[in-house]
Amino acid sequence: MSFREEHELHKRRFGRNLGLGLVLAGFVALVFGMTIAKVSDDGFAVPKIEQEGK
Amino acid sequence: MSDASLNTASPVSRAQEGEAGFGDFFALLKPRVMTLVVFTALVGLLAAPVGVHPVIGFAAILFIAVGGGAAGALNMWWESDIDALMKRTQKRPIPAGKVTRDEAFAFGITLAVMSVVMLWLATNALAAGILAFTIFFYVVIYTIGLKRWTPQNIVIGGAAGAFPPMIGWAAATGTVSLESVLMFALIFMWTPPHFWALALFMRGDYDTAGVPMLTVTHGRRATRVHILVYTVLLAALAIGAAFTGIGGPVYLVVALVFNALFLRDAIAIWRRDEDQAEADNYRVEKRAFKLSLWYLFAHFTAILAEAALGGLGLGGWA
Repeated sequence: MSFREEHELHKRRFGRNLGLGLVLAGFVALVFGMTIAKVSDDGFAVPKIEQEGK
Repeated sequence: MSDASLNTASPVSRAQEGEAGFGDFFALLKPRVMTLVVFTALVGLLAAPVGVHPVIGFAAILFIAVGGGAAGALNMWWESDIDALMKRTQKRPIPAGKVTRDEAFAFGITLAVMSVVMLWLATNALAAGILAFTIFFYVVIYTIGLKRWTPQNIVIGGAAGAFPPMIGWAAATGTVSLESVLMFALIFMWTPPHFWALALFMRGDYDTAGVPMLTVTHGRRATRVHILVYTVLLAALAIGAAFTGIGGPVYLVVALVFNALFLRDAIAIWRRDEDQAEADNYRVEKRAFKLSLWYLFAHFTAILAEAALGGLGLGGWA
């Protein structure tokens, strides 16, 4: 007999964790995509205050 | 601790009650309402005269949808007591015992804040500000404040559902204009006859929960009159919008057809009494409710079609 019997609860927990993981991965990809889209925009410019602080 | 103690039924049973699956949290976002939010916000974004980068547009729609879903979760958090009493809402995650009220509150607040901040970063402060106001309006003004106190709850609540196209437009343009206000007004005026038709044939649910729906406070005759009045006003607005920046010949044809059908049903509802309605199991009221769903979809699709034709130099009246 295994130490932990597989239960429907474990499947549900795994499904929730997998779902959350996929959502977080998607979020990271989206933020990355937004960054690329913003810096590729013709109107993009480094804020003046950051240029001066360099 | 022994194996036996880990495998006893009681801890698992307790955990089963307290542990929601991924789908239960997703259900808190009211996915069916979210489809309307996504669609109308998308039309607002695409109908705007300013182009948006596809990734930014996708992000904007996603965060508007998440914000709408967060408002839905907070609505379920506050209304779990009456949700448990109504047949239509008894299977929602909180009354069904799948998610606790505290979990729903934490989930809703987190997503609400995150969606507003992310929409601001993705687009602009105005769009994020309107989204924040929409969530506040729906949860605090409507759900907590007015829903249980006034029979005009549907009219007021309708405003919250009317903001998404305005947010989509603001995300693209950074402004609020006549066109976006018209899209807001279209949903705002559409909501009362849509929900009152539902309230007529879902009789009993709102009485049980003690929600002061017009059908309960002013009677079913008054509700039938209200449906007709709002539908007449809606038709004037919807057809009038054909001659503004979001309209054109395609929109006009769609508006004429669907408003004629909706008016026909509203007049039929107004002319009937309860005996007639009960005799055919609310056939006309149910038909009007179904038609109202197609009505909104058709109008916003027509606005989108006009915008697409405009891109080809064929849209509008020019």
